[in-house]
Amino acid sequence: MKILEAERLSKHFGGLTAISGLNMEVEQGAILGLIGPNGAGKTTLFNLFSGALRADTGVVRFKGHDITRLKPHRIARRGLARTFQSVKIFSRMPVMDHVRLGYLFGRLDAGEKGEADREINEILEFVGLASVRDSRGGDLILANQKRLEVARALAGRPDLLLLDELMAGLTPTEIAEAMELVKKIGRRGVTIVMIEHVMKAIMSICGRIIVLDHGLKIAEGTPEEIAQDKTVIEVYLGE
Amino acid sequence: MLVKFLDIAIGGLLMGGIYALIAVGFGLQYGVARVLNIAHGEFIMLGAFCTWTLFTGAGVTPLFSILFCAPFFFAFGFVTYRILFTPLRRSSESPAAFEGNSMLASFGLLFVIQNLASIIWGTPVRGYSYLAFPIHLSGAVFSANRIVTLIASILLGSAFYVFLLSTRTGKAIRAAAQDPDAAELMGVRIHRVLALCFGFGTMMAALGGLLLSMTSIMLSPVMGMQYTLIAIIVVVLGGLGNIKGCFVGGFILGLVGYLVTSAQPGLSMVAYYVIFLFLLLVRPTGLLTK
Amino acid sequence: MKTRAKTYRPFIAAITLLALLVGLPGYMSSYTVILLTNILMYVVLTLSWTIFSGPTGYISLASAAFFGAGVYVSALFSSSLPLPLVAMGGGAASFILALLVGSLTLRLKGMYFTMFTFGLVELVRNSVHWWEVNITGTVGRIILAADNTAIFYSMVAIFVAVLVVSHWITHSRLGLALQAIGESEEAAAHSGVNVTKVKTVTFAVSAFFMGASGATMSMRWTYIDPTTAFNIQFSFMPVLMAIFGGTGHLYAPIAGATVFSLLEEVLTTKFPYYYMLLFGLIMLVVIRFMPHGLEGVIETWRNREKREPSEAA
Repeated sequence: MKILEAERLSKHFGGLTAISGLNMEVEQGAILGLIGPNGAGKTTLFNLFSGALRADTGVVRFKGHDITRLKPHRIARRGLARTFQSVKIFSRMPVMDHVRLGYLFGRLDAGEKGEADREINEILEFVGLASVRDSRGGDLILANQKRLEVARALAGRPDLLLLDELMAGLTPTEIAEAMELVKKIGRRGVTIVMIEHVMKAIMSICGRIIVLDHGLKIAEGTPEEIAQDKTVIEVYLGE
Repeated sequence: MLVKFLDIAIGGLLMGGIYALIAVGFGLQYGVARVLNIAHGEFIMLGAFCTWTLFTGAGVTPLFSILFCAPFFFAFGFVTYRILFTPLRRSSESPAAFEGNSMLASFGLLFVIQNLASIIWGTPVRGYSYLAFPIHLSGAVFSANRIVTLIASILLGSAFYVFLLSTRTGKAIRAAAQDPDAAELMGVRIHRVLALCFGFGTMMAALGGLLLSMTSIMLSPVMGMQYTLIAIIVVVLGGLGNIKGCFVGGFILGLVGYLVTSAQPGLSMVAYYVIFLFLLLVRPTGLLTK
Repeated sequence: MKTRAKTYRPFIAAITLLALLVGLPGYMSSYTVILLTNILMYVVLTLSWTIFSGPTGYISLASAAFFGAGVYVSALFSSSLPLPLVAMGGGAASFILALLVGSLTLRLKGMYFTMFTFGLVELVRNSVHWWEVNITGTVGRIILAADNTAIFYSMVAIFVAVLVVSHWITHSRLGLALQAIGESEEAAAHSGVNVTKVKTVTFAVSAFFMGASGATMSMRWTYIDPTTAFNIQFSFMPVLMAIFGGTGHLYAPIAGATVFSLLEEVLTTKFPYYYMLLFGLIMLVVIRFMPHGLEGVIETWRNREKREPSEAA
């Protein structure tokens, strides 16, 4: 099943074209990598998917329904969650409350208190934040803040998770842990699309990769195919 | 027909010049120094009262008062910024926090200035009459002092525009308006420039008040707030940081005010507000920005 | 983690205070009753203001418009309805007004919202004035005065209501959403929070109590007109009091409002403009040196005590 589809998607900012006539699809259960040079339009694409920006032309379909004109909170409640390139956690709010927020608002069927607490604790364990559950968001190290964003997103039981440069700013050890986390999330059945610059991660985790440049899709395929694609090498990997 | 048109056009423009001037001042403070100066109207009021005092007390004609008021209020604003806002800028955790804090600080300023004025000048409304003779223009009648204020406001606005374009300080201000960090890297002493901008802002406000007082309106210590609102609306109309836009916006608002007042007195502020709301919802960057 | 005893302490204090307040008219002079009614009015306004502006960081200067709306409802219905209904009517009118204003202006950035609410009072005042002059033909209305004690009890009731609602909101999912909005509206929206709806509803709830107080307090004035009803001071004072006191814990705005209204009471007759000047200076000092108000100072001291308990051994 195609969980996410984009058809002739375009977005302009004044004279600048960020995305131009993009078509793509994501299979349910896949882990799709989205790569490309800086300014290629990757985050803009995520913004179009999550409702943060409205497309100028084209359609976005999630689980078969047209979500192009929907507001972010409606899209989130339908099961599409995301993280942000510049981590947007709530610095004065305890870790636990972040997850509680995601749980209460990110889904249409929030349970009773007991069930809620259990699920929140389970998510904290899952991402590895159980030991800092009472700390405030602003007091965490970067790696944990990123975990927190993921936890908040997962609390809404999403079917699709968009990860925007999860590994940026992490140490090699932290990157390895992040890679494990992404694989774990995939094994739970959540479809993942990840924007990344850390090639090692993309190549080893993703089943398929799409390459963007200047708002256009220039290549699509398995990691092996992409690694050998001449256009991609020219535009991107050669940097 | 032509008479009616001229009557409306010129009538509308008369206040428009003053509106534009106070808007330019406000725009400098919010657009560059990033201070939402809720006390802007209080400086307008101070300018008006200073002029009144100089005129009724020492017989100084209002136009000459410009020579005193301009530097005095510029210094007032500059010093206020250094004492209050520069340290606040340093202690605020983020630009957004600074915007909030500086707005609240200007709120405190409003209280201080308004009540100081009430203590100094008392509550009874004051006014004076200067150049209040009528002038006839193609069949329509206008008060000479209003025409003088229109000319004065255009001259002052143009002078400032030229200043921004051609002097080093002016260029530093424009650089700071675009990107304060980049400007700082290029050698602009950013804190000084921001303080200068704030000073120019209070100067414009005071000059606006000076011109206002010439139009024979009644002055009272609480008169400032409605002009703060007008300055805000003109800035939103004309675009932040856009001097020409402020003048166009000021004239538009002046025209609307004149028309509404002739039709239904007492509703001009309501009309301004509706315009404001409409702008904020539809085009918050202003009608005249690209 | 608070121990059970600690959690109950504020409740016991609150009930004691409430008992004292309710019994007050029995053993205090009518001057004290009037003074306390005034203080309660400011406390209610500040608490209401804090319900919305505290967590979201949207500085609203519209309080006077909502207070005034309540005053006008009272003018229209005080002769035909009992006090409690009039107060609720005032609250309802302000609630609706706030829903309207909020739905239009809460999509704006914080600064634009503040700018707009700054003029809202003028807008409403001018509109009501024009309406009274041109349509109903009566500028100024008479209000059927009520007993000072009745007004006092009404304010006590409103005060308790605000406290309860404020406490409930803070500990509910609405409170969680408000906190999130205050820190990052985008993140909140992407977590499923309907940001505009949450802001608007909370804004309206805060306006309800302002309207109810307006409707109640107006019965002391006997005569009102647009200028006395829509007085910008009722927008400014709650902000001053909340900034001075703080907006985090429940006690903070109450403390700020109490201190300022007592100051006002003491200074207003002898030094009418000086006390306002003093308030402005206090505001400047607080913003510059203690941006989280009294509460900030108190909490910092408390945290220091917690982290470094007295060196016993």
